[in-house]
Amino acid sequence: MRRFSGFAVAREAMRAHKGWGQQWDNPEPKSSYDVIIIGAGGHGLATAYYLAKEHGITNVAVLEKGWLGGGNTGRNTTIIRSNYLFDESAGLYNHAVNLWEGLSQDLNYNVMFSQRGVMMMAHNVHDVQVFKRHVHANRLNGVDNEWLTPEQAKAYCPPLDISKSARYPVMGAALQRKGGTARHDAVAWGYARAAAARGVHIIQNCEVTGIKRGQGGEVTGVETSRGFIGAKKVGVVAAGNTSHVMQMADVQMPLESFPLQALVSEPVKPCFPCVVMSNTVHAYISQSDKGELVIGAGTDQYTSYSQTGGLHVIQHTLDAICEIFPIFSRMKMLRSWGGIVDVTPDRSPIIAQTPVPGLYVNCGWGTGGFKATPGSGHVFAHTIAKAAPHKINEGYTMERFTTGRLIDEAAAAAVSH
Amino acid sequence: MLLIHCPYCAEERPETEFAHAGEAHIERSTEMNALTDEGFSKFFFYRDNTKGTTFERWRHIHGCGRYFNAARDTVSDKFLTTYKAGEPKPDLSKLVDDQTNAGAKS
Repeated sequence: MRRFSGFAVAREAMRAHKGWGQQWDNPEPKSSYDVIIIGAGGHGLATAYYLAKEHGITNVAVLEKGWLGGGNTGRNTTIIRSNYLFDESAGLYNHAVNLWEGLSQDLNYNVMFSQRGVMMMAHNVHDVQVFKRHVHANRLNGVDNEWLTPEQAKAYCPPLDISKSARYPVMGAALQRKGGTARHDAVAWGYARAAAARGVHIIQNCEVTGIKRGQGGEVTGVETSRGFIGAKKVGVVAAGNTSHVMQMADVQMPLESFPLQALVSEPVKPCFPCVVMSNTVHAYISQSDKGELVIGAGTDQYTSYSQTGGLHVIQHTLDAICEIFPIFSRMKMLRSWGGIVDVTPDRSPIIAQTPVPGLYVNCGWGTGGFKATPGSGHVFAHTIAKAAPHKINEGYTMERFTTGRLIDEAAAAAVSH
Repeated sequence: MLLIHCPYCAEERPETEFAHAGEAHIERSTEMNALTDEGFSKFFFYRDNTKGTTFERWRHIHGCGRYFNAARDTVSDKFLTTYKAGEPKPDLSKLVDDQTNAGAKS
């Protein structure tokens, strides 16, 4: 792998940028690997990277049925934050934020991580109480979060309408200054490039069609559209398709898959300095470095694998955005799309071993997995390498749905996800 | 937006009149006290989440207000049929054949 640097840019500028070359190989699958990761999204690629970097396991293949980063990694709204309520969540999501801060240097790839701040707005007394509780819980856990008055919120985000006559009056906001955005494609590409440089095989257009098991029930490999590939350990990181893949090993999951939509506007000059979320009326907005407003809608109500959703769901979000930010009421929306998110009953992920020896799963990120990409990959790599969870993901088991030790961010957020 | 046929109203209506109510044909045990933790967990949390034809409940919340069941393909989002609550699961092979024949004719 050729390192990116200021010197390299200057050198390439001298020769019409013809020397950059291919950033990662496109290898034929070998007959077997030590570890196979199913799914080359951000989480899967990060897992492969940390397996190689932290644990010295480089005989790894990442199998992808489509193209790299073409699922939810390329479909999300790129928001990064860690202001969740519970201790387990603080541990996991803040681990991710800490890794985000050094990620561009670590990968030698600019992921355009921008800590512009994430502001969650309160529109009623209930919101105020819930967010203040979050602020206190976060600060006790060492997670950055602070309470703003409406005036302070307006100062931080000038397009905000805080007038008393507003349909959704702003009663305050919780601000996480360390939150922000990153370039989603660059995250997938950066991890792919850095993992491939350490010997990981990234195999695209290779759909897993079966999981093979030995006499003791242990995993022996996977059947794919490009033939059988053996492996001692298999990690499933298939997001919305996790239930489908796990069924190949006869494991039922506490998951349901829903469409989640997002959309972008025409690009405009910089006008929106931070990320704003309003859970109560469901507005979710930021501006990309390209200038588009990036807007996240809610999930559709029915389970689906169609990667598309209903127009009324998008409309609902735009209604709210036009009320809170009247300056955007005449913006044209350019594109909308859907991804399939796998949702657990408590809205916290599962990063764990499974009842099948050698089979591991990292799923259930629901509507908010992008923010956790580095942390998720880091602890999942540990779980696979050591055949035991990292301290940070100890609680994120499947067994919690039997023991009752849920990590109930669904109830904590008090909104529909 | 989906168009959904309510078997009670005998009308096809827009999705916004309905509330999705999860996987269908999950029976609540009549002996909840006798259920093991694993049994309760399966009943309460675990779902097939089928990629393909799924059976699901809907409620015509802004209409007759009643629950009914539907068979729907979760890849195409097309409904195969809807039927009243309490009726047995329709024969899947027949439904898919009917759809294919209908498609061939049209």
